[in-house]
Amino acid sequence: MKSSAEVFDRIASRLSDREGEVAVSHGILVANLAPGGVLAAARLLRDELGFDVFLDVTAVDWPGQDPRFEVVWHFYSTSHKVRVRVKTRVPESNPSVPSLTPLYGSAAFMERECHEMYGIGFEGNADLRPLLLYEGFVGHPLRKDYPKEREQPLVAYRPGFELGERG
Amino acid sequence: MSAERRIIPIEPAGSPGKSAAFEYISTRKDELIGWARKFSIFPYPFVTACCAMEFMAVSSTPYDTDRFGAALPRFSPRQSDLLMVVGTVTHKQAPILLKVWEQMCEPKWVMAFGVCATSGGFYQNYAAVPGIDRILPVDVYIPGCPPRPEMVIDGIMQLQDKIARQKHVIVTKDF
Amino acid sequence: MAAGPRIANPVRSAFAPGERDDTVVVSIGPSHPATHGTIQIFAELSGERVIRADVHCGYLHRGFEKECEAHTWHNCIPYMDRLNYCSPLINDFAYCDAVERLMGVEITRRAVVLRTLLSEYSRLCDHITCIAASLMELGAMTAFLYMVMIRDYMYEHIAALTGARVTHSYGRIGGLARDLPPGWLERLEEILVQYDDFVGRVHGLVDRNRIFIDRMRDVGVLSQADALSYGYTGPMLRSTGLALDLRKDTPYLAYPELDFEVPVGIKGDNYDRYYVRMREMDESVHMIRQCVEMLEPGPINVDDRRCSFPEKPLVYGEIESLINHFKLVMEGPKVPAGEIYVAHEGANGELGFYLVSTGEGTPYKVHCRAPSFVHMGGAHKMLEGYQLADLVPTFGSINMIGGECDR
Repeated sequence: MKSSAEVFDRIASRLSDREGEVAVSHGILVANLAPGGVLAAARLLRDELGFDVFLDVTAVDWPGQDPRFEVVWHFYSTSHKVRVRVKTRVPESNPSVPSLTPLYGSAAFMERECHEMYGIGFEGNADLRPLLLYEGFVGHPLRKDYPKEREQPLVAYRPGFELGERG
Repeated sequence: MSAERRIIPIEPAGSPGKSAAFEYISTRKDELIGWARKFSIFPYPFVTACCAMEFMAVSSTPYDTDRFGAALPRFSPRQSDLLMVVGTVTHKQAPILLKVWEQMCEPKWVMAFGVCATSGGFYQNYAAVPGIDRILPVDVYIPGCPPRPEMVIDGIMQLQDKIARQKHVIVTKDF
Repeated sequence: MAAGPRIANPVRSAFAPGERDDTVVVSIGPSHPATHGTIQIFAELSGERVIRADVHCGYLHRGFEKECEAHTWHNCIPYMDRLNYCSPLINDFAYCDAVERLMGVEITRRAVVLRTLLSEYSRLCDHITCIAASLMELGAMTAFLYMVMIRDYMYEHIAALTGARVTHSYGRIGGLARDLPPGWLERLEEILVQYDDFVGRVHGLVDRNRIFIDRMRDVGVLSQADALSYGYTGPMLRSTGLALDLRKDTPYLAYPELDFEVPVGIKGDNYDRYYVRMREMDESVHMIRQCVEMLEPGPINVDDRRCSFPEKPLVYGEIESLINHFKLVMEGPKVPAGEIYVAHEGANGELGFYLVSTGEGTPYKVHCRAPSFVHMGGAHKMLEGYQLADLVPTFGSINMIGGECDR
């Protein structure tokens, strides 16, 4: 097995062909790409560089910054035993990135979660029904502007209990 | 222990529910039915979260709730009379909990097992119901995260006391 | 909610009943003894056979990430316990490891070995719980009672160290909560001997049991290609024959120094998953014994005032330690700005933590890459094409843990 630094060098040289910066941070190769370049980069990672496990997709909300959302993907290679992180920024007005469902089966569930929690749209994922939340939930709870204790109960509380009252 | 044989006096029951029942038979029908009911609790384990680990321990060999007549879990609400809400109930789960409770036949009791079911515990946010008493009436609360099996057994005994002291509506003047 | 039914339905199935004449749609769960509480499966049946399955999770989504953002780095640790509540210590240590790497803290040798030992001990508990529950669902009550008995010895034993039977909150950033109590290692060896005895009985009861084999062999088969595509890791992936284990591949803690094998299955059916877990438990016992040998006296917390608390007598005796303690409790340890992804081999697979810090005492974001959640995304692959009754052992062998699946 080659050392991870050699593997990273090789991947970095391939990824940096497509506009974006690539750096190593805490043992993971990090690639900052434009939203449009994500699907092509993922295809390159899977088909040519051996990143066969799609670990995770999530988002980070940076209110006040523009573009507001940072979408983060993690990939793992079972042959090189290293991980790669792909990041991109999307604006609040159009928080949309391409879906990875054509490449990885695991993307379907994870994108559904990211969609309901942050309101990120995944173009190409036809099934974005609520997964961890429920039908009728308004808003995206992991956005920083969603108050932590705002409840949306499905069952009316019994008499004597007020919504939002604690303790 | 000395060679002298110890005589353990059998004390007559002072108040209902305080002792095993074979020493006397009550002449009050309420008491009699309460005695019968408290030793035949069929729990419905509405198991959601971490407390399930303790529920497994408390209902099997090491702690054995069979000693309290509450061993056999029924997985149909229609056959059970104690709804044990074991773990966090979220807003997504709340309709299911209510539906299960409504399907249970009278008489029925509800136990909030662990702090999440009691008050939401340390999940005070958009997702968790801050206590199942907001959606259905609760008879006995067991604190702990998760409660130790001894606390659960104590909770069952307190519920038995409550059942024994209850007025049982089946006893009408025609009975 | 005035227009709809009085009790609203929280989920929507991917397919409606009545789309086809020759099938029937059955809803299994979310309160069903075989779904471990919190999952709902819509299964479209043709006769007894499942044609399509739509898996819904989220019934235990209790806002883990939102809660973490409202607590200090230290105060998040109890929430980690309740992710995978069968093996809380692995969660604790993975999270602490991630924070420590972000801070650049290197923990002491004794803490490294103890964390390794306790991770394996926790893995043992987790596999025992998984196998006990799935055997009980198949009617093997005796095996269940044996397993719960030995697990209860372990719980009481861990409680003697950590103070709690199930949710231990034992990890600390920069070390551990406290050192081993006297006699703990002797009792550990006793339990490991008893474990051999109890698990030997379970092997004897079920391994070659005709009923068990008929229910498990060639049921819920998962191909290796599907497993990789759906992001499977841990025992689920290893049961398909791929020896992928983070303890070997991306070494952390004391695993590079330990001698252990990575058991794999042959074809990825339920029986393989059962047997891989049984073999992994034996490997864990082997590792625990090696860790006991490696354990040397020494401090368990790093001497770094950014994260570990000063000694109690110093807090009461001098102003610097008092203020240090106050700052750590009230504001939390200041973790340098940055982001990190650290994964440990959890009992179910790759348990990863993606942390984002802005340099404050509270995390900006804590994301958990939970194996159970990812496994649920591909669960329909193992259910479709088999009988409805096979859903129970298949689901049991996935070992879905609600806490980490729904978070």
